[in-house]
Amino acid sequence: MQTKRTVFGSPVLPYLLVLPQLAITFVFFLWPAGQAVWQSFLREDPFGLKTSFVWFANYQKLFVDPQYLYSLQITAVFALSVAVLSIGSALVLAVAADRMIRLSQTYTTLLVWPYAVAPAVAGVMWWFMFNPTIGIMSYMLEMLGYDWNHSLNPTDAMILVVIAASWKQISYNFLFFLAGLQAIPASLNEAAAIDGAGPVKRFFTIVLPLLSPTTFFLAVVNMVYAMFDTFAVIHATTQGGPSGSTAILVYKVFQDGFIGLKLGSSAAQSVVLMVIVITLTVIQFRWVERHVEY
Amino acid sequence: MAAIELSDVRKTYPGGFEAVKGISLPIRDGEFVVLVGPSGCGKSTLLRMIAGLERITSGTVKIANRVVNNLEPMQRDIAMVFQNYALYPHMTVFQNLAYGLKNRGMAKSEIDIRVDEVARILEIEPYLARKPRALSGGQRQRVAMGRAIVREPAAFLFDEPLSNLDAKLRIQMRGEIKQLQKRLGTTSVYVTHDQLEAMTLADRLVVLNTGEIEQIGTPLDIYRRPATTFVAAFIGSPAMNLVKAHRRSGAAVFGDASLPMADDIASGMEVTVGVRPEDLTVAGTKDALRLTLKIAYVEELGATRLVHGTVDGQNLVASVPVDCPLGETLEVHAEPSALHFFDPQTGRRLN
Repeated sequence: MQTKRTVFGSPVLPYLLVLPQLAITFVFFLWPAGQAVWQSFLREDPFGLKTSFVWFANYQKLFVDPQYLYSLQITAVFALSVAVLSIGSALVLAVAADRMIRLSQTYTTLLVWPYAVAPAVAGVMWWFMFNPTIGIMSYMLEMLGYDWNHSLNPTDAMILVVIAASWKQISYNFLFFLAGLQAIPASLNEAAAIDGAGPVKRFFTIVLPLLSPTTFFLAVVNMVYAMFDTFAVIHATTQGGPSGSTAILVYKVFQDGFIGLKLGSSAAQSVVLMVIVITLTVIQFRWVERHVEY
Repeated sequence: MAAIELSDVRKTYPGGFEAVKGISLPIRDGEFVVLVGPSGCGKSTLLRMIAGLERITSGTVKIANRVVNNLEPMQRDIAMVFQNYALYPHMTVFQNLAYGLKNRGMAKSEIDIRVDEVARILEIEPYLARKPRALSGGQRQRVAMGRAIVREPAAFLFDEPLSNLDAKLRIQMRGEIKQLQKRLGTTSVYVTHDQLEAMTLADRLVVLNTGEIEQIGTPLDIYRRPATTFVAAFIGSPAMNLVKAHRRSGAAVFGDASLPMADDIASGMEVTVGVRPEDLTVAGTKDALRLTLKIAYVEELGATRLVHGTVDGQNLVASVPVDCPLGETLEVHAEPSALHFFDPQTGRRLN
């Protein structure tokens, strides 16, 4: 990429111009993050009356705590499932929308609506539909011979939060895929058709490889979303239960810090989360830089 | 290798727009046919209907004596070169060339042999491992050609393949396409809006206008005897002069000149007279048929000089040698045999 270099008359001016952005970054991101790191080295009583510096004791305890290790594990399962489900469904919908000639605008607009629904509302809605006593989905599942109960069965609970969390994300992924599909020149598909590839083969040998930068970008974004932005969805559906089977890392931070009032441990957990998101972001930038140019 | 036959082919888009209005055109085996016309004349639509990328509203398309109207593009045994080349960006040049062969289930050893052979012909061997984005425009153009010929199809279809190249490369590739087609002897249909490209490439030229054929013929035929004023103005650069003249017995009168014209060829009182700029020569003393051109401006082309001027208020261009002296006016002469007469209403040729 070529960028134009701007030359400033005064050496101070450019710093002055980025100052507002830097101030926001500092106050809302760096400072709280620093606070979390600092707090993760402390041991405090719930009322903040007694504080002692304990170095890495909080972290040491964390990584031998079977509940935390379990949470780490289900977070991985949850994030991967959400990414696969929401990317997969979005791709199918985008391919359908791309093929539509009439009404594709309407279709696109309707598909984007779920993104505007607040996560908590979405969570409540899915909770309601899957409610073991009054939910329509659990009623239908029962007719098929499956006894759905997400308040007792950990697998059912996980499936419920995965569906509820994916549902919202499909709209977002859909828009990216649709833009990606429309950026593929029609002549490529036509050339492949003349070259003897049927629609399915064209999709897998031409369209999908050309969408791979989009897919990878979305995979990372969706994993980050599943790990960090799904608090409301889980809080509204399962509240981490049954017996912690849907308490993913971010939910555990809340449980331990705000309910259990173990402030030091909670801070250490958020630092771990921070490290994970930084790693994911670095992977994304590295990979995109290397592979986006096919 | 195969003949292609179009009979009364029509294309009507939803909404009623008729892009192609009943075109019949037999193309012989091994022939190089160029479809030429201004944008929107339906030439690309017609080509895409032959390829199977566009539905045929009515009429039939036959390739190798087989009606292909309802066949998929892959079943028609044709290859197409696109304007933007349509190379698969995520595949190497080798994979681009091999894709069509692989889809047809050819053995790997056979694919290697074929691709190497084509790469040798087109001199793209050094680039086989590269991706299209690492190639120049001319090299991409060659790969696109390669992808067409490696399949050894019954016919080549070209959709303005040279319009993305710079002028110099375009002339070079034009020559190469012509040579290659002669060598392979594969039936080819080529679409372009560039009349010079059309003239130089075609065995037979088809001039299209608003979805209909204006004229079919060899490039020279069409140049020498354009059937309509549209063809006369479209083929040839600079374009043919077309002026209005009045009928008198045995002549068409234009300005102070009386152009000889047989009486039996027209009925009306008005006639459109055409004369090519290069057929207007500087008048000698003996020439009877002369026009006095009031010079407006002059364009230097190096080898010749284009004199733009007016006669009787109508614009006229003459192509004259650079050494001829110019004043306010120029006396030009035209041979009676170089004059073209057209009906001003229908635009049809009269003589």
